[in-house]
Amino acid sequence: MDSLSFVILLPLLSALLILLVPGNYRVIVRAIAVLGSGLTAWIAASLFFRFQPGHEGFQFESILPWISVGKLSLAYHVGADGLNIGLILVTGLVGFASVLVSWNIDRNPKLFYILLLLMIGGALGAFASLDLLFFYFFNELALVPTFILIGVWGRGENKTVAAFKISLYLTLGALIALAGLLLLHVSTGAQTFDVIALKTLLAGKPLSVTLQNWIFPLLLFGFGTLVGLFPFHSWAAEGYAAAPTAAAMMHSGILKKAGLYALLRVALPFLPDGAAHWLPVLAWLCLGNLLHCGWVALCQKDLNLLIGNSSLAHMGFAFLGIASLSVIGITGTVIVMVAHALLAPLCFALSGYLESQSGTVDLTRLGGLLRRMPVFGTLMVMGFMAGCGLPGFANFAGEATVLFGSWKSLPWIVVAASWSGLILGAVYMLRALRSILYGEERKELTAVIDLGWWRRLPFALLIAALLLFGLAPSLLSRRIEPVAKEIVKAATNRSTPSRVAAVVVTP
Amino acid sequence: MNYSLIIVEITAVLIGLGVLMTDLWISPAARKGLGYAAAVAVGCLLAFATGSLAPQHGLGFRDSFVVDDLARFFKAFFLFGAIVVILMTVEFSSRIASGLSEFFALVIFALVGMLFAASANDLVLLFVSLELITVTFYILTSFQRNRLASLEAGVKYLILGAVASAFMVFGIALIFGSANSTNFRVIAAHQTELATSPVFLLGLLLVLAGLGFKIAAFPFQAWAPDVYQGSPAPATAFLAVGSKAAGFVLLIRLLTQAVPQITAEWSRLLVVMSAATIIYGSLCAIPQRNLKRLMGYSSIANAGYLLLGIVAMSRSGSTAILFYLGGYFFTVLAAFTAMSALAEHIETDEIAGLAGLGRRSPFLAATLTLSLVSLAGIPPMVGFFGKVLLLRSVFESAPGRPDLYLLLGIAVIGVVISLYYYFGVIRSIYWGGSTPNLAPIRTSLGTKVALGTCIAGMVFLGIAPNGYLRIAETAIGGIDSAAGRLKSPALKKVSAHEAH
Repeated sequence: MDSLSFVILLPLLSALLILLVPGNYRVIVRAIAVLGSGLTAWIAASLFFRFQPGHEGFQFESILPWISVGKLSLAYHVGADGLNIGLILVTGLVGFASVLVSWNIDRNPKLFYILLLLMIGGALGAFASLDLLFFYFFNELALVPTFILIGVWGRGENKTVAAFKISLYLTLGALIALAGLLLLHVSTGAQTFDVIALKTLLAGKPLSVTLQNWIFPLLLFGFGTLVGLFPFHSWAAEGYAAAPTAAAMMHSGILKKAGLYALLRVALPFLPDGAAHWLPVLAWLCLGNLLHCGWVALCQKDLNLLIGNSSLAHMGFAFLGIASLSVIGITGTVIVMVAHALLAPLCFALSGYLESQSGTVDLTRLGGLLRRMPVFGTLMVMGFMAGCGLPGFANFAGEATVLFGSWKSLPWIVVAASWSGLILGAVYMLRALRSILYGEERKELTAVIDLGWWRRLPFALLIAALLLFGLAPSLLSRRIEPVAKEIVKAATNRSTPSRVAAVVVTP
Repeated sequence: MNYSLIIVEITAVLIGLGVLMTDLWISPAARKGLGYAAAVAVGCLLAFATGSLAPQHGLGFRDSFVVDDLARFFKAFFLFGAIVVILMTVEFSSRIASGLSEFFALVIFALVGMLFAASANDLVLLFVSLELITVTFYILTSFQRNRLASLEAGVKYLILGAVASAFMVFGIALIFGSANSTNFRVIAAHQTELATSPVFLLGLLLVLAGLGFKIAAFPFQAWAPDVYQGSPAPATAFLAVGSKAAGFVLLIRLLTQAVPQITAEWSRLLVVMSAATIIYGSLCAIPQRNLKRLMGYSSIANAGYLLLGIVAMSRSGSTAILFYLGGYFFTVLAAFTAMSALAEHIETDEIAGLAGLGRRSPFLAATLTLSLVSLAGIPPMVGFFGKVLLLRSVFESAPGRPDLYLLLGIAVIGVVISLYYYFGVIRSIYWGGSTPNLAPIRTSLGTKVALGTCIAGMVFLGIAPNGYLRIAETAIGGIDSAAGRLKSPALKKVSAHEAH
């Protein structure tokens, strides 16, 4: 079997294997989860480095016919290009890290790890799929376990409300996107969901402008909801705050990126006229993410809500890059996606560890922890500095690229974005650091224990990747740029008025 | 008269009579064994009916009985359903005070009605087969004579069922009066003239009302929640799976085969019916506290989704109905089998009573969760692909029919609402309320096998739908070509939509 399919199947098979182990053999359950996800991360990393930048088309491609009935033909089709290879890598890493930080889950670990591995496999499948129905299939497979994860292992008083809210919001978003995908699929008349086939078809015979103007918003708002696009974002921070650490890591870091990925993979290249019509709207909405969510993050007393809102604010950069529709902007968006996929899980893992030690994430009840937890404190400073956009971390590379790319087309929004990213971000991140790590030691917090050696592994993994891509962003940009060029080329290939007339005349 | 055409039905009748006769000679303790024997006999019949020895194609009894791919598809479907329901009844037998053998026999007689319905090509046979199904269900629903709820369910089903039958027989009379025939082929051949006859149209409307009752479509849905709640679980399961499917095979035959032209003209009516059914089922399910009652409303909502396939009026729409019914089959049987296995250990049918099930029986909890997840249309379960096929078929027919987009919007909202009420049950299972009783629940081997089969079916059809979808496509292909021979202008209109 090819290694890309293997990387998707491995977590799913591990979940199946855990299903067969009796629930009271906890060590075996955990060992399978750690081994399965660790091997997944290893293979994902090897795929990333084996990927040949600059080659046309998809690599590690494989097709398996799934349905061919009547005219309808669907296939399991996976492949990697610059757009998804980075995401596959970070999904593997974050999946492994999320399994590692869940070591002390005591309540029904069997079910917990099954659901977590389903999430990891689903996310990998979604990013690797080149068939839109399979993309949806895997994405939904990854989203739904969240409900039980939050409900059973979640934190806080209103975890049930949060669990329902996140599930209903995301399902509604996914269904709207599905409606858009089905409309796209039916309108082309091609009887396929294959990305490559649709691309060839639409390049020769684009859809009518009216139809594009209908499909694009379905995809934009449907997938946008999955990302937390303002004003459809209210599920996110609340859901993350209520989710167990591992689920918050997977969700904020990885699953959110599936929506952005679909916009880049489907909406922009397939619907150039729809994009021209709707991207200005997106440009304004991304300000909502950048400024509103940034501002909300500033006002939080709860560390999880702060991280959640800050992660929504960071999504504003990704949307801004998409709205700019420039090669540099889109390259930047993908780097932001990869960088944030590492950063948000890192922050949630840190806050999860903090909560396990101090019993609270209320900023007003924390303080002076650096003395007792020097390793944890150092990691936290590094992670939060990365969140402020400190050069040297991948986030800086991505956000700066997005800002450069969008300056030409959207100057005012760039001004607002840099204001939010640099000022607001710095203010809330540094304030959080101050109130957690510095200041007077609290009497009730003397029992905290620093990270042991083994516990440092997930954090080290994520920080190392952030530093690697921050110091050598060309590792990503070399892979992304050719795809970004293709996307921009396809997305700016609008039908001229005369061509529209021709389409109308000869249906 | 070509009696070999109805050999499957005759055999089923003989099995039913055999069960009744055998009961006279065996001890009450051996009745469970009789159930197993009946299931084996129906299983052999299933093997025969799907094999090459059974009649493959044919038309008989003055063209009122047809055997084609569609009929054989549904015969296999009903036979399989009956086997599972009989096995379920064996597990449930401790709660049936007396007359276990009669229960088996009645299930088989209802099965005979369904088998005839699958082949009905004439309004009279349609009526007779539906009556056979309905009358047996009057008894099955009220079988727990000592339970008031069960009696109530039976009486409600009886009264509303009788009204629906009256509608239907009156409609058939009107159709016979105007068309001079009750045969689908004759009606199809004259539908252009008949479409202008108000008497005929009124008659057709009344027949539709009768079928709407069978599938629990709005506004003929009122019986479903009460009957689902009060009936013994196996009867409810058979009602949900068999009776609904019988209604749909007749709808497909009547609407797409006999009167496609009028169906095309009435598309607005069907759109409204489908939308109202989805909305009613979804909204009313929200406040429910009783699991079986919730399933009743869920079955109404699902009738609405299935009607999407009728509304699409295309080959892919009908195929989607067949696929969805197959998935619904495993899903509903899994849910009801799990519920009847639980019934011995949990006093109430209340959703809150499921609290702690996640720890008391991880297996039953997982089964119930998976079937609810499948009903909500979430991959990798079969419900997902079924819903995608239905929505896709409506999208295909939508250009030129703007009301279909509205219907699609309603269907999407219905799915989101359904997620809310299904997930509410999942919540109770895994983290609901206080759990006073934490004694583990043991499930018998038979139940485990049945549930395992249902889960395997749900997952298999969800992950590898190709084979089953091809069978469904073939089954629909037969009637499509039969209808195509009529070359009516409306059909051309429909196929023009398809080509878009």
